[in-house]
Amino acid sequence: MSALPQVAAIARRSLVRTARQPASVIPPLVFPVALMTVNAAGLEPSTHLAGFPTDSFLAFALAVPFVQGALFSTMNAGTDLARDIQTGFVNRLSLTALRDWALLCGQLAGVVALGLVQALFYLAVGAVAGVHLAAGLPGVLVLLAYAALISLAFGALGAFLAFRTGSGEAIQALFPALFVFLFISSMNAPRDLIAVDWFRVAATLNPVSYMLECVRSLIVAGWDPQALALGFGFALALAVVALPLASHALRTRLTRT
Amino acid sequence: MSAGNGIEVERLVHQYRKGPRAVDGIDLEVRPGEIYGFLGPNGAGKSTTVHILTTLLPPTSGRARVGGYDVVREGPKVRRLIGVALQEAALDPLLTGRDHLRLQATLQGVPKPERRRRAEELLERVGLAEAADRKVAGYSGGMKRRLDLALALVHRPRILFLDEPTTGLDPQSRNALWEEVARLRREEGVTVFLTTQYLEEADVLADRVGIIDHGRIVAEGTPAALKAEIGRPSVHAIPRREEDRERIAAFLARFGEPLATTRDVAVRLRDGLGLADIVRAVDANGLDIVDLELRQPSLDDVFLAKTGRTLEGAAEEAKAEAAAAHGS
Repeated sequence: MSALPQVAAIARRSLVRTARQPASVIPPLVFPVALMTVNAAGLEPSTHLAGFPTDSFLAFALAVPFVQGALFSTMNAGTDLARDIQTGFVNRLSLTALRDWALLCGQLAGVVALGLVQALFYLAVGAVAGVHLAAGLPGVLVLLAYAALISLAFGALGAFLAFRTGSGEAIQALFPALFVFLFISSMNAPRDLIAVDWFRVAATLNPVSYMLECVRSLIVAGWDPQALALGFGFALALAVVALPLASHALRTRLTRT
Repeated sequence: MSAGNGIEVERLVHQYRKGPRAVDGIDLEVRPGEIYGFLGPNGAGKSTTVHILTTLLPPTSGRARVGGYDVVREGPKVRRLIGVALQEAALDPLLTGRDHLRLQATLQGVPKPERRRRAEELLERVGLAEAADRKVAGYSGGMKRRLDLALALVHRPRILFLDEPTTGLDPQSRNALWEEVARLRREEGVTVFLTTQYLEEADVLADRVGIIDHGRIVAEGTPAALKAEIGRPSVHAIPRREEDRERIAAFLARFGEPLATTRDVAVRLRDGLGLADIVRAVDANGLDIVDLELRQPSLDDVFLAKTGRTLEGAAEEAKAEAAAAHGS
């Protein structure tokens, strides 16, 4: 039997579950946009600083929801899987002809689909607010591809934690820790304009800065090969590390013979 | 080796890493097309055995073949021919009954054109056609159990494992489930391995019963043969006043060997004695008894004879052991 229908069935379940839980759909859409709006209102004057890459802070900040939304993917993928482990639903799946990797792929396909919906929503909010995408229509496609990639990478991280711990609480405990990475990044200012030394160094060492700058480059600058390479590179690296970890943890979790 | 739909278990052991030996060297054979009742109190090793036979748990040692396939080396082949309803009906509260059947049918490799028809057929059969598009969160316990059974049957398994399928069900739902299990065996020739802690369930449904306690099979046979082994009936008396209990117990002991019961005073009658003998003696001695009953041997008597405890008592003991383990 082909594994494709299995992947599609698990992905469909993931999407149906998410769609039927407003608490899973609304926060990843509303909170990042709300945070962006508050930041844009308060930090707009920073666009007057010499070297600030754009005169619209909203355009500058529009990158943040993309990464923040992907962090929500970690939590959603992780808590859904942890719940399945705790309720015994994974045992039910184990008793079918489902291939191990099809379970992981299906779950992540659902996460990626949700990530794309989120990305389209953020782009629509930006367009309504008057943000013009410097990279044009091809840039939208690259942005969507990037949203899919970071949702996949962070989703795989969530899946790994779920299979490793089997605990939704553990996933939720990790969520604030991931947010620290977002806040200690170039989220609110370009790295070269951060005046506090330790913060600038931390932001430079933080991969999340490069993810933000990748998205931001498409919105405010157009095509910046270095920013794109670094952003895609770090997201890909996370995916390359998280996917095998998740796959191994899944095999350990599914003790079926 | 039993080919086709049978189950063969030899010296099966499962030792939990930080726990007791849950399955302690059991041997059993389930014949094709048979309903095998695996009876025992909570914590006896029933569910662990089911987990091993359904490939969810590797045994520590021993051998088990299901449908002719080794559960350790040929897990995927075993899974293709079994249907399983585990103790907790692990359902997704956000999916509907129909969603579950569609998902299960896809994962079990039911051909696409057949999926819808099979789902409708099963929903109808388990009485969930009208509730098919409601989320499972709103289902009663009985409805969840019935959906669980439908899910186990979606790919037409040859061997069905039911782990305490009627625990917590009302009598009506329980009877409906019994009827369906009996029909599956009768009309489709499905082999059924059913664990239960209910004597009546094993007695009514099972062709043969294995009684398990502390991970070991203490008796095996048809319910009738097991009860015949015990042989003699018992007499149960309920004293009108609690303070008369000991006096009545001592009196009844003249007629047979006392039985450990919690609610009444009971003896297993010696050969040749009947209820009339007891009634006459009770009258003659002016004993004040509310109720006097002659009981044919039950599977509980078999359990008592083999383990020295009633099933109820064993369940209480298991609870106390679990509580102690949690406390330590």
